[in-house]
Formats: sequence, C-alpha cells, structure tokens
Amino acid sequence: MSAADGTSVQERTDKLEGLGCKRKRVEDARFTQGKGKYVDDMKLPGMVFGDFVRSPYGHARIKKIDKSKALALPGVKAVLTADDLKPLNLHYMPTLAGDVQAVLAVDKVLFQGQEVAFVVATDRYIAADAVELIEVEYEDLPCVIDPLKAMDKDAPVLRHDLEGKTEGAHGARRHHNHIFTWEVGDAAATDKALGSAEVVAKEFLSYQRVHPCPLETCGCVASMDKINSHLTVWGTFQAPHAVRTVASLISGIPEHKIRIVSPDIGGGFGNKVGVYPGYICSIVASIVLGVPVKWIEDRIENLTATAFARDYHMTGEIAATKDGRITALKCHVVADHGAFDACADPTKFPAGFFNICTGSYDIPTAFLSVDGVYTNKAPGGVAYRCSFRVTEASYFIERMIDVLARKLNMDPAEVRRKNFIRKEQFPYKSALGWEYDSGDYDTAFDKALAAVDYKGLRAEQKKNREDFAAGKTRSLMGIGIAFFTEIVGAGPVKNCDILGLGMFDSCEIRIHPTGSAIARLGTISQGQGHATTFAQILATEIGLPASMITVEEGDTDTAPYGLGTYGSRSTPVAGAATAMAGRKIRAKAQMIAAYLLEVHDSDLEWDVDRFQVKGAPDRFKTMQEIAFAAYNKAIPGIEPGLEAVSYYDPPNMTYPFGAYICVADIDVDTGVTAIRRFYALDDCGTRINPMIIEGQVHGGLTEALAIAMGQEIAYDENGNVSGGSLLDFFLPTAVETPAWETDFTVTPSPHHPIGAKGVGESPNVGGVSAFSNAVCDAFAHLGLTHTQMPHDHWRVWKTAQKLGLVE
Amino acid sequence: MIPAAFDYHRPASLDDAVKLLAQYGDEARVVAGGHSLIPMMKLRLAQPGHLVDLQDIAALKGIKDTGAGFEIGAMTTQREIIQSAALTAACPILKEAAEQIADPQIRYCGTLGGNVANGDPGNDMPAIMLALDAVYLAKGPAGTRELKARDFYESAYATKLKEGEILTTIRIPKPPAGHGSAYVKQKRKIGDYATAAAAVVLTMSGGKCASAAVSLTNVGDTALFAAAAGAALVGSSLDQAAIDKAVQAAVGIAQPSKDTRGPVDFRKSVAGVMVRRAIEAAAKRAR
Ligand SMILES: Cc1cc2nc3c(=O)[nH]c(=O)nc-3n(C[C@H](O)[C@H](O)[C@H](O)COP(=O)(O)OP(=O)(O)OC[C@H]3O[C@@H](n4cnc5c(N)ncnc54)[C@H](O)[C@@H]3O)c2cc1C
Repeated sequence: MSAADGTSVQERTDKLEGLGCKRKRVEDARFTQGKGKYVDDMKLPGMVFGDFVRSPYGHARIKKIDKSKALALPGVKAVLTADDLKPLNLHYMPTLAGDVQAVLAVDKVLFQGQEVAFVVATDRYIAADAVELIEVEYEDLPCVIDPLKAMDKDAPVLRHDLEGKTEGAHGARRHHNHIFTWEVGDAAATDKALGSAEVVAKEFLSYQRVHPCPLETCGCVASMDKINSHLTVWGTFQAPHAVRTVASLISGIPEHKIRIVSPDIGGGFGNKVGVYPGYICSIVASIVLGVPVKWIEDRIENLTATAFARDYHMTGEIAATKDGRITALKCHVVADHGAFDACADPTKFPAGFFNICTGSYDIPTAFLSVDGVYTNKAPGGVAYRCSFRVTEASYFIERMIDVLARKLNMDPAEVRRKNFIRKEQFPYKSALGWEYDSGDYDTAFDKALAAVDYKGLRAEQKKNREDFAAGKTRSLMGIGIAFFTEIVGAGPVKNCDILGLGMFDSCEIRIHPTGSAIARLGTISQGQGHATTFAQILATEIGLPASMITVEEGDTDTAPYGLGTYGSRSTPVAGAATAMAGRKIRAKAQMIAAYLLEVHDSDLEWDVDRFQVKGAPDRFKTMQEIAFAAYNKAIPGIEPGLEAVSYYDPPNMTYPFGAYICVADIDVDTGVTAIRRFYALDDCGTRINPMIIEGQVHGGLTEALAIAMGQEIAYDENGNVSGGSLLDFFLPTAVETPAWETDFTVTPSPHHPIGAKGVGESPNVGGVSAFSNAVCDAFAHLGLTHTQMPHDHWRVWKTAQKLGLVE
Repeated sequence: MIPAAFDYHRPASLDDAVKLLAQYGDEARVVAGGHSLIPMMKLRLAQPGHLVDLQDIAALKGIKDTGAGFEIGAMTTQREIIQSAALTAACPILKEAAEQIADPQIRYCGTLGGNVANGDPGNDMPAIMLALDAVYLAKGPAGTRELKARDFYESAYATKLKEGEILTTIRIPKPPAGHGSAYVKQKRKIGDYATAAAAVVLTMSGGKCASAAVSLTNVGDTALFAAAAGAALVGSSLDQAAIDKAVQAAVGIAQPSKDTRGPVDFRKSVAGVMVRRAIEAAAKRAR
C-alpha cells in the first residue's frame, strides 16, 4: 500500500534499516582504518606507567622484598608492596564471588605470575627495568595443582588468611582448600532412578583450563584530580557501572566523584568482567602521586594472571531405558578456582548456571553438586564467551548423550530426538529449576540433519571404517552432533545480582528536534556491534532511520546505570530496555500527533515511521515532524521535549538453542584432525541483524574450535604455567579455520519485547561439544566412549595408540 | 615484553659491520630480519648492548646463479626466496620450505642468513641446508671462511660461527636435474615451529635411487642430518622395505624433548611419519 506521500510501506521500512536488516556495522569505519580509540591510545599530560613484579613460583613464602635499587633508578616514582597498601586496607580486595584477593601478595605468593610489587615510572622502559631491580627472596612451598587432590587431608594449606574460617560466601567450608559446595535437584530420587535403571552410562569429563585471550589485553588509566577529589578511570571494563560502585565501596570516594569510562574494547569474552590488581594499584598510585597512571598488561601477563575460564572436572551418570528414554541425570563437579575465588557469577549461583546441564532434554530427575576448590593457579573462572558456566554444562550433557548412545548402541541423533523437550511443553520447567521460555527443537534438528544429509554421512563413515580395517586408508571419519540450549540474559533481579547489584539494564533516549536521536545504554560493546544493532531496534520502534540514531555506551557520567556486557545479556536485557524506552517515546509521540492532527489519540494508528488517522492514511504526522513539534509547539497538557528512560528487569532468562554438526577426518598417524565441514543452525529468536549474527557465529565457532582442538593453560606439578604465550596458546588463524555453514530457525522469546534471545555466545556453547563429539565419534566403533580435550595432535595420537592403531 | 636498553648501529658496508663487532665484542649482536632476535630481546632472554643492523649492506642481498649452484646473500628474505623463479626451477625445496615458515608478514622480514645462523633447532632452513649440502661463507676480522652446513651446528644456539663473524653468503650446489625433493612439516598452527619435519633430496637412475639426503627439524638440539637414512635408500627402488629402514634410521637419531607439542614418543613417531611422507613425495617428483 502506498502512503499519501507516494512512498510504499516497503520503501519506508527499508529506509529505517530496522529489525532484520543486514545493516553494515557503523563501528567498522574506525576499526578498519585503525582509528579505534583503546585505553592504550590514551595520553594524558604528566602520565606515568605502572608495571608488576610477578611471582616466579606457584607457592612460596615471601621472606624479603628489597626495593632500594629500583627506587634509586632515575625515573622511578614509586614502588608499592602489600605493606604500603595495608594502612589503606587495600592489600586485599573483594572479588565478584564473595572472596577476597590479594592486590599485592601478602606474606605468600599463591600462583605463578601473581602480583608482588607495583612499580611506577615515567616511561614503560624504566618501569620494566625497575621491575628487574626489585629483589624478592622466596622460600618455595609445595603446590596444589590437581584439583581432585586439593581436598586431600594432607594437602598444603593455601589460604592462611582464611584460617579458621569455616563459613564461606556460599555456605560451610569443610577443608582448608574448600571454597563451596553447591547442590541442586533431588539427590535421593536421582540415586533411586540410577539404581533401578535399565541402562546407566558413566563418564569422567575434564574441561581444561583455557583463557579468553582477547586481542586487546586488560589495562587502565587512573587519574585522580586532587583539587576536585574526582577520580576518573578509563579501562577495559565489561561492566563500567559495577566498577564504579565497587570502586566507591572499596575506596570510600563518593560514587558521584568517580567516573569510569570504557573506551573502545578489543574483545572481552569475559576476561574483562573482573576487577584486577592492576586497576587498584593504578588508582592508589594516582592518588599518591597526583598524576595519571597507566597500566597495560602484556600478552603473557594476560594469559597467566587475569581471568581464565573453565577448569571443570565433571563426573556424569545418566540413566535410561533400553530404548533410550533418559530417566535421570547426576553430575558431580570439582571446580578449580585457582588461588582466590574470583569467579564472575551472580551471587546466588557459585557455579553459575551450570544447572542448565539437563540441556535440551526432558529429563525427569536430576541432581547436581559442585565443589569449588583452591589450587596454586591464577584466579578467575569467567564466562569465556558464554553465560555463566553454560559452556561447561552444555559440553557435559552433549558428551554424556553421546556416551549413553554408545552404551545403548544407538545413533546419537536418535537418542537426542527421543529425549527432546517437545514444542508443546514450553514454557518448560527443568528438573534443576529453570523455566525454558520457548523452543522448537525437533524442527531445528530435522532441518540440520537434512542439510548435511546425515544418513549419507553415516553411510560414508561405514565405508570409511571398512576401508580403514582393510588397510586402504589411515584416516578415520567422525561425525559430531551437538544440540545445545543456552540460558542467557541475566537476569531477573529477584534471583540475579552481582555483589548485591541487581542485573537489570537500561536505555535512555533523547530525540533531537530535527528527528535524529541519541540512545545511551548501561552495556558496553567489545566488538558485538551495539551501535549498529541497538539503533536498529530503535529504528523499528520509533520510526527514525537507524542512521539517524547515535548509540553511546561506557561512560558512567552519561550512560544510565547498567550491569554491562557479558553472558549474552545485552540484547535480552538492554535490548529490551531499548525497545521499552522506544515505546515510551512512541506513546508520547502519539499524543503530540493527535494534537497536531486534531483527533483523539485512539483515532491514530502507527505505520512504520508515522502516526496516521485510522481510515484516512493521507492524514499523518511523521516521527520527524512530531519530534520538531515536541520541542517547538506549545501543546496544552504536554511537557516539551521527547525523551525516555527505561530500566528493564527481565521476567525470565532467554533460552537460545541450536543444532551443530561437525564432520572431521583424523589422520591417525599424526593425530591431525581436519575439520571437513561444520554446519551451525542457530535459533536466537527474532533476528535483529542477520549479518552481525553470522559474524558472531563465525567468531564463536572459531573460539570453540580453538578450545576443543588446542587451547590449554596447563601447570606442571611445581606450578609452572605453560600455554602462557601465543606460541603455545592456540589462537587459530584463517588457515586453521574451516569454512562455517550457518543456518537458522526463528522461535521468538515470548517474554522479550521484540522476541530476541541473544546469540553472541551460542556458537561457543554449542561448538565445543560438536568438535569433541566428532573426534570421539571417529574412534567410537573401536570402543572409545570419551577422550579428554583439547584434541591436539599428540592427545589424538595417544588415543589412537591406546586403541592399538599406531605403535 | 620490553627489551633492555641497547645502542643501535646501522653500518652501510660489510667492513664497517665487522669493525663494529670487533669494537663491541660480546656486547654486540647483528640483527637481520629481527624476527628471532627481537622476540628474545622482548623477553629479555637476549640483552645485547649493541645491535648492528645489517639491512643497509647491499653486498648481503640477492640471489646469484653461478651455473653450478647459487650464492644467496645472507640478507635475502624468505619472501625473496619464494619469489625467485630461478631458485624454484632448479631447487624447489627452498620455496617449499620457505612457504612453511610462519606467515607472509614474517617472511617479508625474516632472512635466510638469520634463519640458518640463529642456531635454533626449530628453524626450518638449517635442515634444508643439510640436505642440500650447502656451504656458508663467514667474514670476520681475519677474512672470509667457508663452513659446511653439515659441520656448522653444535647445539642449540651454538654454531661454528665465531664471535665477530658475519655470515655473508649461503652457497647451494644445484641438485641434478630430475631430482626429487620434499619438505614435510607438522605444526600445530601457522606461526608454530615443527613438531617434527623432514627434508629429503634424492635422485633416481634406472629405477633405483642413486643418491639421497635426509634431514630433520626440531627433534634434537640442532637440525639433524640423517646420513644412515639416506644410505638406506641408495640402491633401492624406494620399496617399502627400504623406506622402512630409512625411517628407522632417521627416528634412531631423533632426540626430541617433551614440550607443549607432545611427549617424546609422539614426536619421534611424527618424525618417522614426516620422513616417510617426504621420501614418498620426493620419489613421486623425481624423474
Ligand atoms: C611468530 C613467528 C613464527 C616463526 N615461525 C618460524 C618457522 O616456522 N620456521 C622458521 O624457520 N622460523 C620461524 N620464525 C623465525 C623467522 O623465520 C626468523 O625470521 C628467522 O629465524 C631469523 O631470521 P631473521 O632475519 O629474522 O634473523 P634475526 O632475528 O635478525 O637474527 C637471528 C639470529 O641470527 C643472528 N644473525 C642474523 N643474521 C646473521 C648473519 N648474517 N650473520 C651472523 N649472524 C646473524 C642474529 O644475531 C641473531 O642471533 C618465526 C618467527 C616468528 C616471530
């Protein structure tokens, strides 16, 4: 239908570049020209530089620190140790998990790379020279490296500061290296079901310690304006408002005197959620010296000292009928949290949302228990491109389904299909306490299996196995399936908070008189393209072109309060706030249009970019016209201006899902696995920008490939870390990355204002198990049920060796 | 990742460079492409007080065809090796190996001289030089010496090069026309050194192997010349039994250490697979 101004609805819709448009990323103009502004690009007058002396030991007593030689070096401004921080009560800082972490080592070091002293100098070179001049005398102590042995009776005591503390942040502590035990579900009923089951499959699955390894490492510039008592910190913060509140609580500086700014961020993936000693030391040094202090990690520091991910050691038991109907699931996890519990999880969830581990399946009975333990490793435990511990949970259930399929001698696809939660069961209440909002798993699964010709692949695999047995090939083919369900968008304030801060999010919109706008949010993009997609949400809601809407985030002085970006929460929470704020704008615009058109509000209807009189579409006011009138016409009973704020407390999480299929060929002689094909179907509800979704899926799958096939932060028994540089830590290049095939179905979230669910992390959550299942599947006919990640060359070769395929 | 302080020199002639090295003694280090040395300096594993940059010395650049062989200036980059049609026509293993070094950015900077002088067992070019029986020319205060590649490597980062000497030229004899060669390398990713790699250069005559040279990368303290492996092939028709013997001989001298690429048994086994595959590929290519 054509409007009175001669433009069709389609033309006007296209002009908005709203929901569903493959709009190019507005951020890329600066990123592709090297004109992004990252924290290390900041230069302030008088700025000095901080650098750390770090522990070479995994566990050692500090006998003496001599800083005299460093202090004598020209250009050195200060050297801080724990003794300098004690009078300020800043030698320990609170962690996001309710523990404390040493800002600078107090009496002991507890992991290799731990911060021992902070040097401040006029340039980075002098600071690095001074680090070498600080003499620290250590007395080596025995290390706890294996988390499964952390709670042995005779295990060394790691945290002397917690001596005698039998109550932790999450309940009773029963051992000096015990952090918490978290239990969910019905233990008795689960044991009963396991005891009486026709078939029980059991497996121990280790999800190795990895690291998010964003291209930009962590860092900050702290600047204390002593005249106005105003502290500004620019830094790599995924949650700037939370940092402001925490900084105020720790330092006693009133919150209105603190400004936290996240400039452009070069990837976060959870690594930039936490608060690090570097931030605290920079702030203290700036307060002491009265000049701005910059601290930027190098790559090795990033990989070895700021937050790692995973390190979950899971024992699973799954019960089923002979024909493959699952009757119960039990899981026990030993969670290695390193030397301090600096896990980033909502307070009530010390193992995050790991209790999503019943996955996409209708499992009537389940029980989960998680033991968090201390070891001599770096602290962290962040959600590396996933919602809190959801990748671990998804890996657990998707591997266990395959393990069960082997035991039942059934096709893993068949076991999945048999146990899916059916479309009509949504909203579905899981045995471990979640309410899944929406899903249509069968449709997605059918589409995926058809797309890859699953039957054909299995036939090809049968032939491959025959050829292998006949000595005609040394390559084995594996097919890996994962059907994941995520839980994202934390979260409802009634059960989600971090350090007591409710996990709502926010958007504030100002429409300018000429019909352009600025929207500010409590989130912060680290590459996700918020400036592009949030403008699209608004364009559809308020009828102004996305190109006329600026999206701004990351400055706590201007942005409304929000909890930041991680756990795929931006679209589910801040995206919802954006739509809701847009709707407030539209409601006021309707009153203004009614006045201008001299009709009653209810006589108007919304049409893409305007309000028109019902039945008389030639009588209308465009949003642009309304915006001008809002500021410049005296309208009785209506305040001037056109602005809105929305704080959105989501009623539930969202539950994106997807079907991934990986086809791999393994050269048993070298252990080299070639990914022949990877098909990823994602259902993230309403699709805001299909191009950005595809980009997110590509990136997430590449990280999943990295984790499954090579990433590992490993420690030897003396606490020496390996994998701490990019020589060893596997970041795939374009050469190692296969071509990704993407696909989708759309099952909108029923409770989200635009039905969107979040997608940035799905590919990592679903991808890792698909790769791992493919590797295990390649050897399944030889009796293999499970082999530990990462599936790097030597481990795959060792698997082949154990099965007698190589000498 | 910040190097210690150093002074930087950029001589325009070889003589000046040799003089600077004499002047600063063990304080001085030459820098070529910098892609092995500078990472070491950033980790402060190397802390030279004086860096003598060779990049302005024209005499150290270029590829000369002498008829019997090639004389390659030490400062010739890995990319220039890949780009040289004459080299590739006569001695394709050089391009094949160079293309397996790191990535294009690094190959634009990294030099052949730096790669062979570095003495890191992970470098790929030393094994190629062993297989091709190359000779290095080294210039010091006392003049120029010739050093056979097969005698050059002593242990990790220790070579026959004396303090104050600069490797100026790599002399490579042309393998006979119709020879077959291959460099097969297993690595975890682009930019990684070999888990194990093998170079093979062989000639065939009347269906029998007339000559064969086999060498290994990164499974010992230095690149390894597997003389017995080559000998096992000569006279055979490159049948399975001969190849098995050669593989066994090569693996026999491999002494890899356990590292993040894998345990010793795995790396030895991969060395064997690399040798086998390199022999098979070289055999296919030989005429
Ligand atoms: C990420 C990355 C991946 C890499 N991967 C590989 C790989 O897979 N395989 C591989 O072989 N290499 C690899 N390299 C190393 C790269 O090829 C280097 O460029 C090469 O090893 C050294 O050459 P250069 O010209 O850079 O030497 P430099 O780094 O400048 O020097 C290396 C050493 O040789 C000495 N030297 C240099 N030239 C001379 C000379 N003419 N006379 C005497 N001494 C000299 C220097 O003093 C120094 O000790 C990699 C490097 C990086 C950064």
